[in-house]
Amino acid sequence: MTTTVTSPAPSAPQDLKNPNRGLKTRTPGEGRMAAMLLSPTLLVLALVIVYPLISAIHQSLFSAESGLDADGFVTEGEAFVGLANYADLFVGESGRRFLNAFGNTTFFTVTTVLLETVLGLCLALAMNRAFRGRAFLRASILVPWAVPTAVSGLLWRWIFQSDGIANSLLGSEILWTAEGTASKLAVIIAEVWKTAPFIGLLVLAGMQIIPEEVYEAAKIDGAGWWRQLGSITLPLVKPTLLVAVLFRMLDALRMFDLPFVLIGPGKESVETLSMLAWDESNQLRYGSASAFAVVLFLYVAVVAVVFVKVLGADVTGAKKLGSKKRKATRSQKAEATR
Amino acid sequence: MTITELRSLATDGKRRARQQNADAPVPAKKKRTWRSYSVYAGLVLIFAYCLAPFYWMIVSSLRRTADIFDNTFLPAPFSLENYVKVFDGSTMFGQALLNSLIVAGTTTVFALVLGVFAAYAISRLEFRFKSVILGVIIATSMFPGISVVVPLLRFFTDLGWINTYQAMIIPNLSFAIPLAVWNLTTFMKQLPFDLEEAAMIDGCTKWQAFRKVLLPLAAPGVFTTAILTFIHSWNEFIIALSMINDPKIQTATVAISKFTGATEFQAPFGEQMAAGVIVTVPLVIMVLIFQRRIVEGLTAGAGK
Repeated sequence: MTTTVTSPAPSAPQDLKNPNRGLKTRTPGEGRMAAMLLSPTLLVLALVIVYPLISAIHQSLFSAESGLDADGFVTEGEAFVGLANYADLFVGESGRRFLNAFGNTTFFTVTTVLLETVLGLCLALAMNRAFRGRAFLRASILVPWAVPTAVSGLLWRWIFQSDGIANSLLGSEILWTAEGTASKLAVIIAEVWKTAPFIGLLVLAGMQIIPEEVYEAAKIDGAGWWRQLGSITLPLVKPTLLVAVLFRMLDALRMFDLPFVLIGPGKESVETLSMLAWDESNQLRYGSASAFAVVLFLYVAVVAVVFVKVLGADVTGAKKLGSKKRKATRSQKAEATR
Repeated sequence: MTITELRSLATDGKRRARQQNADAPVPAKKKRTWRSYSVYAGLVLIFAYCLAPFYWMIVSSLRRTADIFDNTFLPAPFSLENYVKVFDGSTMFGQALLNSLIVAGTTTVFALVLGVFAAYAISRLEFRFKSVILGVIIATSMFPGISVVVPLLRFFTDLGWINTYQAMIIPNLSFAIPLAVWNLTTFMKQLPFDLEEAAMIDGCTKWQAFRKVLLPLAAPGVFTTAILTFIHSWNEFIIALSMINDPKIQTATVAISKFTGATEFQAPFGEQMAAGVIVTVPLVIMVLIFQRRIVEGLTAGAGK
């Protein structure tokens, strides 16, 4: 390691942006040292992200001929079919199943994230007002977050059992964990329970950096609680909230564990894209499974790009720049939105 | 006062606010009593919301199989029957816990070692394409798990790696490394550069400055990252479900979901709840002890 520091490296990039960083401006060899330090990480990420992605795209161009033959062995009959797997997404039985899964994924994402955001905001507002018991509150709010999703799926299946506590409290006889709307609702409730506290925590962190002077000034000007919420808290918390919502959406789009454990695999009313792709690969139909996986990846990518580019979610900014510079960009952004 | 003025006030005052104790109550202090009562009612609601389902899991796990469908709020005859059954050997749950520990532990160690180096490079060195590389690493954390699982399942089948620990650990790195790099970078950026600078003026090499100055200072951040990575790997489900079909290798989360119990007529809810409690309690204890750190780590990305 030490040798890399002393050895001269010609490839020192210009750093015009930060002229006054003292000794921290590049010494020769810094680029090479960075390359050495980063290469293991990038190598592993190439193996576990880039390779699977390329492999999935490649695989999705082949037909799913493989299956079990009469003796129970896996037969390797694969044919190049071009984009047929993608064309199949919209026609026939498999197309119907795909569109259903696509619809479910979108429906769950929109409803759960919406409910989580509203609930998370309420949680954050309440916690922001709590003076006593805040530490205890914070600990208890972390409990749903810490429960593994698979366990929370089991837990809610128990709660939603036909003669379970949910029905007995509601005085109803709903079959929550069978097919149908009730099972959709069960998934949404369980998902929101687990993740709303997470949004609450993030938003609370955003609220705590709002200086009190702002509220005092607003109060002097006669702004009531609602006005303060609408004109101060929400606009100032918006950057944090955007990032939190983005993360939650990307997470919800790949939802798998919860419907899988709570309702079960292969149930039409709760089957998500992840579950469908998993089921296909379980049936050894790797071609269509890969096509589903690629579609899901594209879906996630589009949502992320829309959030970052269009809505301006500041994902990397929080890390990339020193807080000073970041503050500048933020106030510039505020300037621009005026 | 206009909104724009408020906004500029906010940005000016941010640093001061940050220096205040993070827990200092921010909003109005004077309140009419009915209002503070409503706040307390809200708090009770939040407690109930967060803890009631978890409480129900614990209570149910402590009932006997005979009265598992009781809806009393305390287990009527308190019984550890379910916990005994979970470990009686028929389900290999103990082995599953051990597997989870091995997989999550190894994933955490690998992610941390790689993450510390990468984060040091990103936070302390100047090089080309830095923001691109960081962007790519963060983008990979958004990658859907199934898009990793489907191709790798095939690949690992060809390698004969199905039912091995590495078939879980390597795909786990796809979410663990971005998480670790991201958190560690944030922590290291918050540490002042002056101390390392001083060490280097005194003749330390960069490597020595990193090892003897930065790393000890970053230890709390490394620890927080370790907790978060471990919890994420411990909770991982889809990879372990896909790569493993041998009960001897499967992790606890998968083992629980496949619990069928002794009788096949009815799902063994009592045992499932007991197993769920066992899987969750270590995490809850960790959360209670390190809550401040965990919240810091979770909000590092968005809050600051």
